[in-house]
Order: sequence, then structure tokens, then C-alpha cells
Amino acid sequence: MKKLPLYIILILISAVMLYPLLWLVGASFKTNSEIFSSVWFMPDSFSFEAYRNGWQTVTPFTMGHYFLNTFKIIVPKMIFAVLSSVTVAYGFARFDFPLKKFFFALLIGSMLMPQIVTILPAYSMWQNFAGFNFLDTYIPLTVPALFACEGMFVFILVQFFKGVPKEFDEAAKIDGCGTVKTLIFVLAPCIRPAIISISVFTFLWTMNDFLTPLIFIQSVEKYPLSLALRLSVDSTGQGYEQNKIIAMSVIGLIPSITVFALAQKKFVNGITAGGLSG
Amino acid sequence: MNLKNKRLYNNPVGVSRFTGLLLITPFIIGFVIFTLYPFISSFINGLAAADGSFSLENYTRLFQDSSVRKAAGVTIRYAAVLVPLKLIVSLLTALLLNLEIKGIGIFRTAFYIPSILGANLSVVIMWQYLFTADGLVNQFLELIGLSPVSWYGEAGTALSIIILLRLWEFGSTMVIFLAALRDIPKDYYDAASIDGCGRIRSFFKITLPLLKNVIFVNLILQTISALQEFNAPYMITGGNPMKETYTIGMLIYEEMFTYWNYGYANAVSWVMFTAIALIVLFMYAVTRKLREDSQ
Repeated sequence: MKKLPLYIILILISAVMLYPLLWLVGASFKTNSEIFSSVWFMPDSFSFEAYRNGWQTVTPFTMGHYFLNTFKIIVPKMIFAVLSSVTVAYGFARFDFPLKKFFFALLIGSMLMPQIVTILPAYSMWQNFAGFNFLDTYIPLTVPALFACEGMFVFILVQFFKGVPKEFDEAAKIDGCGTVKTLIFVLAPCIRPAIISISVFTFLWTMNDFLTPLIFIQSVEKYPLSLALRLSVDSTGQGYEQNKIIAMSVIGLIPSITVFALAQKKFVNGITAGGLSG
Repeated sequence: MNLKNKRLYNNPVGVSRFTGLLLITPFIIGFVIFTLYPFISSFINGLAAADGSFSLENYTRLFQDSSVRKAAGVTIRYAAVLVPLKLIVSLLTALLLNLEIKGIGIFRTAFYIPSILGANLSVVIMWQYLFTADGLVNQFLELIGLSPVSWYGEAGTALSIIILLRLWEFGSTMVIFLAALRDIPKDYYDAASIDGCGRIRSFFKITLPLLKNVIFVNLILQTISALQEFNAPYMITGGNPMKETYTIGMLIYEEMFTYWNYGYANAVSWVMFTAIALIVLFMYAVTRKLREDSQ
């Protein structure tokens, strides 16, 4: 019983952390007047009206369309991010080369570059890239991931590579594996938790990203989920049809929560073991 | 290859010293295109005046511009309140979650969830509803006998809506602390308790000194992200009331995409980058002695 006060504190903090989300889910089943009349999250009666309306959105497209758009950005981005960060991290972790320290410092330094500074020139760059206008396409959102643009990912992977004994590489060498084969068949399986973490991070961050699509995507047809949500808020206003907006928000959270729930164990291990403690 | 070179480039046999360089080529190309080029072109674009001529006018103007000054003040005030609070809350909860008691894993997940959803627009919209006049927060205040607050009405309370949102998302900072706490050998605490050292004392004498570098990393990461806050004020308060929650991030965005002051927006963003870099360097210098003592 000595631990009782401790549990009370933990439960109180959990309530602060989770109750707003629980309230959001409950509110999506409530009528508009009920949302702002009770602190209790449970609705008096469940109505799916808000979901039916919300799914239709205020645009000619349903939320399904915006989900599809979001995944058209997320899937290539995840593949690109994993391929490029693993390759670059392999180079840093396993090989010596001229100016290695300098490049690693650049990598860490680029993590500190605020997005708001690079995004304006990036806008003009994509507007006229070798004579082509890439604005309003998914290219500016996905292609940078091909170039290991998240320094954090490379950093986590380097820590993981260092945890794999060099004897593995040597054994692979004796068995006739070259540099690339060693990476694919020997080392990559060893660092799977880190690769999963990177994929999950890319998924969640892209789901959350608002500024980048806001700047690069103009036509409603190509909007990802976050922009479609904002459009609904803007066009319905604050004092009107709140439960519809709330239902849309709940739908918007489902992918992130599902992915987190599925990957939770491996994901959290990936970050904690990744030596972020450095 | 002579012996000296061989030692310098300690690669697997038969591998060129340029293999590593080849492998990191994507990063080098990406750095040039997506970091170096924007950084330089941002400065040059900042020189462009509205009439197409080039001068330092944008850079001199922004230092006298009262709206830039006000936004900078708001942004700094926001970061100065949020960052220390967030570090303290995440460190304290990490200490709690590091205890080995039954069911602690569930609490770890619960505390982490809000930061996973992070800047997700759904969460931002939810937060906006929580603080309306008859929203959940005010209803709760009435329930415990306090008077409701007009959250969006005043400068301080409007800014605190956004501070509370980001504070609520302390999970990512907490996880970094938690990883560091797990790396501290248990023997240290055992030895301390044999020597009659209490819990509070061993926190200050063992835990805190060993966490110095991690605290620094979190401080830098959180400061940078706080100084470029955009989503929350843009969606929740719209910068109101009276631009009291109007951050530099919002100002840059509006100058660029609402008023199309291309040169001016770039000038502000370039100066902002320089300011952030200076703040980081300043923090690095100030904490240097502190971090190196007792290592």
C-alpha cells in the first residue's frame, strides 16, 4: 500500500493526458447542444449523424479521397526515407573516408535548421525547377526524403549499426558478400527495430504535417487530410455543426493511433535503445 | 597504398576509401539542395525590393517594423515560458516512469500518446474547442467552484492556450529523458543509499549531473521548435487578440502567402534563422562550463 499515492499521481496525469481525446471521441456522437453542456464524455445517446455528414466533407470529395491522397504522399516518403537514411548511416557507421567528421557535423547541424526558413526558398525552387513547375504536385513533399533529409533518422541508425559487431561484416565478406550485399542481407535484418521506428516516425510526422502541404498543394482535389480538415473548419465556422468537425477530427486521428498501437512495442524500444541518450 | 593511409582509412580489405563517401552522397546532394541552397537564396531573395531592385532595405526595415518587433516579443515570451516548463514536467514524469512498479508500461504509453499525435490538425481543432467560453475546461472550472475564464479574450490567457497544448505534448522530450535514466547503472544508487544518501540528495548528486548533456539536447531541440511555432496560433487563435499570439512563424507565412511580400518574408526568415543560431550558440557557451564540471 506504500505505492498507492504513486498510483494516484500516475492515474491523475493519465487522466489529463487522455481525457481530452476521450471527450473528443464522445463528443463526435453527441448533438451540438450536448457537446457544450456536460463535462462527461459519454453521450446520452449515440448518433452517427455527425460521421455521415463529416465523411461527405464540405467539398465534392469524401474523406476517403483525402485518405487516399495522404497515403499517396506517405507510402513513397516512407520507402524513400528508409532507403536513403539506411544507406547514409551505413556509410557513416562502417567506413572511414575523407572529411567524415565534417560531414557528420553538417548532418547534426542540419537537424537544427528551422523549417520555416528553408520552406520559402524551397517554394521558389520547386516553382521553377529546371524549367518545370512542381507546385501542386506531391514531388516537393516526397522527393526530399530520397536524400536522407531527416538527420535524426541517420543519427538513430548510426547508433544501431554501431551495436552490430564488425565480425558480422567480416564473415559476410568471407562468404563473398560485397558492400551492398552485406548491408542488405546481414546488417539490415540486425537493425530492423530502428528501421521500423523510422517508418513509424515518417508515417506520424507526415500525418501531422500541415505547413508543407499548405504551401505546396493548391487544388482541393489533391489536398491531404490535414488541409481538408482545415477547409471544413474555415467554411463551417466555429458556432455551427461542431459535431461534424469533431467527427472528422476523430476520423483523422484513426490512422496515427492504429499505427502507433500496432508498432508500439518495437517503436518505443527503437527510440530508447537508439542511444538518443548520447 | 602506404601504411599511413591504410591506418587513416580503416576500411574492410579491398574497399576503396571513397566507398563511404559514395554511400553518403544522397545526404551531400540533399544538404546542398535542401539546406545550403535555401539558406543562401533566402538571404539573396531578402535583398529584393518590391520594385525589383536589390538593396539591404528589407533587412534594415524589419528592425524598425513594429509588427516584427511585436511578433518577436510574443515568440520569445512563448518560448521562455514553454521550454523550461516542458523540460521540468518531462524530467519529473520520466523519473516517475523509471520506477519499476506493476503496470508502469501502460502509463508510459498513456503519457506518450499526445506527443505522437503532436501537431496533428485534429488535435489542434480539439484544443480549440476545449477552451471556448462553454468548452470543457471552463465547464470543469465551474464544476470545482472556480469562475470560467475568457481564454481567447486576453493576451496572457490566449498565449497560455498554446503553451498548454505544447506542454501537454511533453512525451517526446520525456522519452529521451527516460532512455538516459535507464542508462544510469543501478549500482550508483545502491552505493549512495549505503552511504546514507536520501532519494532527493541522490537525485541532485547523481541523476542530475549525469543527465546534463541530455538536458542540453532537449533544451536546444525544444527551443528551436518553440521559436518556429506556427500551426497552433494559426489554427487556434489566428494570432488574436490584438496580435498577442501572432508568432514570427505566422508573420513569415502571411508576408509570403497572404501579402506576397516575397523579399521581405525571406529577409525576416533569414534574420530569424540567424537569431536562432545565435541563441543556440549562446546556450551552448553558457552551459558549457556547467556541462563539463563533474564529468
